[in-house]
Amino acid sequence: MAEYVIKAEKLTKKFGDFTATNAISFEVGKGEIFGFLGANGAGKTTAMRMLCGLSKPTSGKATIAGFDIYKQTEQIKKNIGYMSQKFSLYEDLTILENIHFFGGIYGLNNQQLKSKSKQLLHDLDLEKEAKKLVSGIPLGWKQKLAFSVAVLHNPAVVFLDEPTGGVDPVTRRQFWDMIYEVAHHGMTVFVTTHYMDEAEYCNRISIMVDGKIEALNTPSNLKHQFNVPSMDQVFYQLARGAKRIE
Amino acid sequence: MRTLKFLLKKEFSQILRNKTIRVAIFVMPIVQLIVIPFTADYEVKNINLAVADHDHSVYSRQLISKITASGYFRLTDYTNSFKSALKSIESDKADLILEIPSGFEKGLIKENEQKLFVAVNAINGVKAGLGGAYLGEIIKNYNNDIRLKWVTPESFSPFPVIDIRSSNWFNPEMNYYFFMVPGILAILVTMVGGFMSSLNIVKEKEVGTIEQINVTPIKKHYFIIGKLIPFWILGNIIFSIGLIVAWVVFGIVPVGSLWVLYASISMYLFAILGFGLLISTYCDTQQQAMLIMFFFMMIFILMGGLYTPTESMPGWAKIISQLNPATYLIEMMRMIILKGSGFSDITPSLIKLGIFAILFNSWAVFNYKKTS
Repeated sequence: MAEYVIKAEKLTKKFGDFTATNAISFEVGKGEIFGFLGANGAGKTTAMRMLCGLSKPTSGKATIAGFDIYKQTEQIKKNIGYMSQKFSLYEDLTILENIHFFGGIYGLNNQQLKSKSKQLLHDLDLEKEAKKLVSGIPLGWKQKLAFSVAVLHNPAVVFLDEPTGGVDPVTRRQFWDMIYEVAHHGMTVFVTTHYMDEAEYCNRISIMVDGKIEALNTPSNLKHQFNVPSMDQVFYQLARGAKRIE
Repeated sequence: MRTLKFLLKKEFSQILRNKTIRVAIFVMPIVQLIVIPFTADYEVKNINLAVADHDHSVYSRQLISKITASGYFRLTDYTNSFKSALKSIESDKADLILEIPSGFEKGLIKENEQKLFVAVNAINGVKAGLGGAYLGEIIKNYNNDIRLKWVTPESFSPFPVIDIRSSNWFNPEMNYYFFMVPGILAILVTMVGGFMSSLNIVKEKEVGTIEQINVTPIKKHYFIIGKLIPFWILGNIIFSIGLIVAWVVFGIVPVGSLWVLYASISMYLFAILGFGLLISTYCDTQQQAMLIMFFFMMIFILMGGLYTPTESMPGWAKIISQLNPATYLIEMMRMIILKGSGFSDITPSLIKLGIFAILFNSWAVFNYKKTS
């Protein structure tokens, strides 16, 4: 792949004596679905927060869509979407109000807002619920809505932090259909997950152990490399060596 | 600018959708403004008086009836021993003892001189001080009456007498409502504005929505302005409701112009809301913000000259009260509403509030970090 959308080089974050992420390096190409795996506390969220510009790295280099994560955080923010582990749309706003608000602050004009929200509500089959408060809709819908809002402004990369935690299998399947859809249109997807079946859906995956990337390849190559039949076992072999216990 | 429009729309929908906040904004100030002024009255009434009368004469009874007729005192005990009067004080039935010595009448008429003894229960300092002063005044009047009756007035008094007559300007009837209501209104605006703004950003931190804001390209100052303006508008609405209550319930119509009044409240709101937002950027939970704000609220209220004049505070306290935005508002409100002061009179205070506003808000923008 010639065009790298995410480039990280020896990216490190320390909290006092604790090294949350330890000199991680990787590249992610345009339109790639990049899975980020690791046990709880391995440093996935910290790495993702640095790439999103929410957290300043201690050392190392990285660029997102060509912008430097130290100096050009605001340009980066225009070009990324982010969906945090914790649901973070406004519960006390309606579905439509949330769409308009986030679309609006990403600079969509009225025309775009109107057509995009109509399309979005149609795709999610939420037309009848558009004027309902977000607090009243089920978790699966909330997650799909949060994803749709995160990609509303058509960013170069979307970061998803455990987007399907606590979601039923059917909804998870639909969620991954949505991920494939945006990746197909050239958006890069950076996703963390604990579900190994989801890991199989990714183009490439990296597995973090104790703040370091211990493996990085396509799912089939990884299985090959560790000589095991499933991703579950790959993960188990790597993660059991972990010294950090949550 | 367009970003700001979306921010404002969002804030207003959230604020107006929250029932508790709606009540807190519109109902509580009205209730407080109606109830508190009736209780925050400096005039001390219903002082319980015990009289130990050793004389039982016409004159002693005249004196007592003059005291009770004043309306400030309630005769709760009338005995002939000081001991039993003291018991009334000990059992909290009396605040003051007036002891009339035996031979009071005789001494007064024949020797032209007599002594009375007043004992005051000073547990409640205000009641004791004012009660003693009232009683002294009444006895002095009584004394003058007697002198007029019995002592032939001399054409020239042997001693020069200075007779002081005071007239109360701007509040001729010394109506306490006129004095207290503008101050209480100032405090209400401070409380509602200060708490609402201090809890707002921190709430977004608690529920996690701030993360979603922080990954957007939103500008920090837009975010703060987007928080500031809705509360500024609400503050002005509360103030207007308060003015209407002051007019309907207490008959207070501002003597000064409404323009001047709104200019001062507007400037003040920028300062106090900026302070609240600043607290909000430092805290992680609403509980922390609430506790810190409470600490400052006590200072704002008690050191702002609402109950006690700032001029009579010790030097160090005067400096603190100069750094208290509420001091300026309370002062300006009284000046404009009661005295009719114009722009030129309040300009120094307006400038100081403007400095506070700029300081607090830019500090809040500076301290709000999108990247940790």
